[in-house]
Amino acid sequence: MVTGKGEKIIEISDLRKSFGTFTALRGVSMEVKKGERIVICGPSGSGKSTLIRCINRLEVPDSGKIVVDGIELSDDVKTIEGIRRQVGMVFQQFNLFPHLTVLENCTLAQIWVAKRSQKKAEETAQHYLERVHIPEQMHKYPGQLSGGQQQRVAIARALCMEPKVMLYDEPTSALDPEMIAEVLDVMVEFAESGMTTVCVTHEMGFARKVADCMIFMDEGKIVEASDPNTFFTKPKSERTKLFLNQILEH
Amino acid sequence: MTARAALLWLRDNLFFSWKNGVLSVVVGGFLLWVVVLLADWFFVSAVWNGGIEDCRLRQDGACWPFVQARFRQFIYGFYPDVERWRVNIVMLVFFVGIALLVWERTPFRGKLVLFMLCVFPLASWFLMRGGIFGLADVPTGRWGGFMLTLVLASVGIVSSLPLGIMLALGRRAESLPFVKAFCVVFIEFWRGVPVITVLFATAFMLPLFMPSSVNFDQLLRAMVGFILFSSAYMAEIVRGGLEGLQRGQYEASDALGMTYWQSRIRVILPQALKIMIPGILLTIIGLFKDTTLVLIIGLLDFLGMIQAGISDPRWGAPNVPFTGYAFAAVVYFVFCYSMSLYARYIEKKFSAGRERRP
Repeated sequence: MVTGKGEKIIEISDLRKSFGTFTALRGVSMEVKKGERIVICGPSGSGKSTLIRCINRLEVPDSGKIVVDGIELSDDVKTIEGIRRQVGMVFQQFNLFPHLTVLENCTLAQIWVAKRSQKKAEETAQHYLERVHIPEQMHKYPGQLSGGQQQRVAIARALCMEPKVMLYDEPTSALDPEMIAEVLDVMVEFAESGMTTVCVTHEMGFARKVADCMIFMDEGKIVEASDPNTFFTKPKSERTKLFLNQILEH
Repeated sequence: MTARAALLWLRDNLFFSWKNGVLSVVVGGFLLWVVVLLADWFFVSAVWNGGIEDCRLRQDGACWPFVQARFRQFIYGFYPDVERWRVNIVMLVFFVGIALLVWERTPFRGKLVLFMLCVFPLASWFLMRGGIFGLADVPTGRWGGFMLTLVLASVGIVSSLPLGIMLALGRRAESLPFVKAFCVVFIEFWRGVPVITVLFATAFMLPLFMPSSVNFDQLLRAMVGFILFSSAYMAEIVRGGLEGLQRGQYEASDALGMTYWQSRIRVILPQALKIMIPGILLTIIGLFKDTTLVLIIGLLDFLGMIQAGISDPRWGAPNVPFTGYAFAAVVYFVFCYSMSLYARYIEKKFSAGRERRP
């Protein structure tokens, strides 16, 4: 998985996006290398979610350029679908399909998008469900699981497609406190196995443990980007210091 | 023991306060009175045998000989007597087919659905219309009665759901402005026009725009009108279902790389369908009853045939119209109520096992 580490897999330049009168992104540029683990944090409304949602085109940027795995994102549906194949996403609200069992949630896209056989898809699903520690819930419906379990299924569902990059959009924000750890443990496990990861989160413990690079965003811009050590001990900008104080003290 | 339980139930449900008790007695008494009246009129005081003379003699009950004498017309309209076996075959296949579809352990249900949706309607059309394979030609002007009601309602119901789904998806297609505009105009136009106008338009105005050599069948024109009308209604119900879904469902299927149709067929519509069931049912029942409006363009469906029978001077007796309408009401009620029961069953089945855990 770590072969070719150092090659760029995501390249974003001068990304801009507004929703009506609200400007979410004011010219953001960044790059992600293969195997790199990036944690993005910042106050709400700083544009961090919008940024990672632009990477798989859930949001359409107003201007700027995004290149994923050598392919530039455009309006072309085939290009978008191709890039989404390479990019897994985990949402704040899990977004499991409530009408399908846990197993079917994990096999659906494998069968229809990746065109795998039912048997192969189920094997892959079982493998990843075991790795997120819920193989025994396979035949239940999402509504019968706890929030933490649902989020772990959502992670497994994304990983089943064997993506090159995983995007996490505040994966623990909707969880009860006692369930956060079980989800973070799973995320740490996959991040440490070499999966390229971009994660929007306020879980600084997770960030310290796995991040190669910390990005702090405010008002639609990247304020600071540095390695975790520098980031937590001697942040350059006042804004970052203030944010870290607020988030670490509470 | 059971008597005691019954008394307790009465106390807890009907007489737990004096206001409640009074209400129970009044409403209960009224219901009982209605039931007794109806039972008397339908059964006890009704004329069961004989002819119109007996009905004229005994006017405080239903005149069943009228229904008996006219029954064949109520069912077949003016379909020629000797050819009725053709209608019988179609109706037999229709009802057996539906029964098999409703019964869940039927083998090859998927194939049966295909047969009932694709092969059966065409085969029925040629069988009942005739004119080929040596079958006598029976113009649709001679179709009527209950068979016409079934033909109109089932064609309308079966075609309006897929059309409605397409229209609803089109209306939400933000990236295709022309498709969207077409769907919006189509839906709003047909929803804004009373069904009677639609029937008039398709029956009398359509021919004006067509070259005179094109002679559309009157029944086909009515069908087209019904399909257009009900698909617009269906579209709005489907749209409600689609909008009732969380945005996350669309995003999650998109993020997995699913195409538009994969996401709609595998993720969105199955969930939306569940929300839509009551609305779809409402439209279906409405359509089933609205078919009677073909009366105004000269087609006599079930109710039309009954009305025609009532106005026959040979059956002139005060209780004959009541009998005819009562018969129509009972038949319509049986059909609509069974559809309603089935829909409720489906709704329950869909939600089983998917509730949030307690």
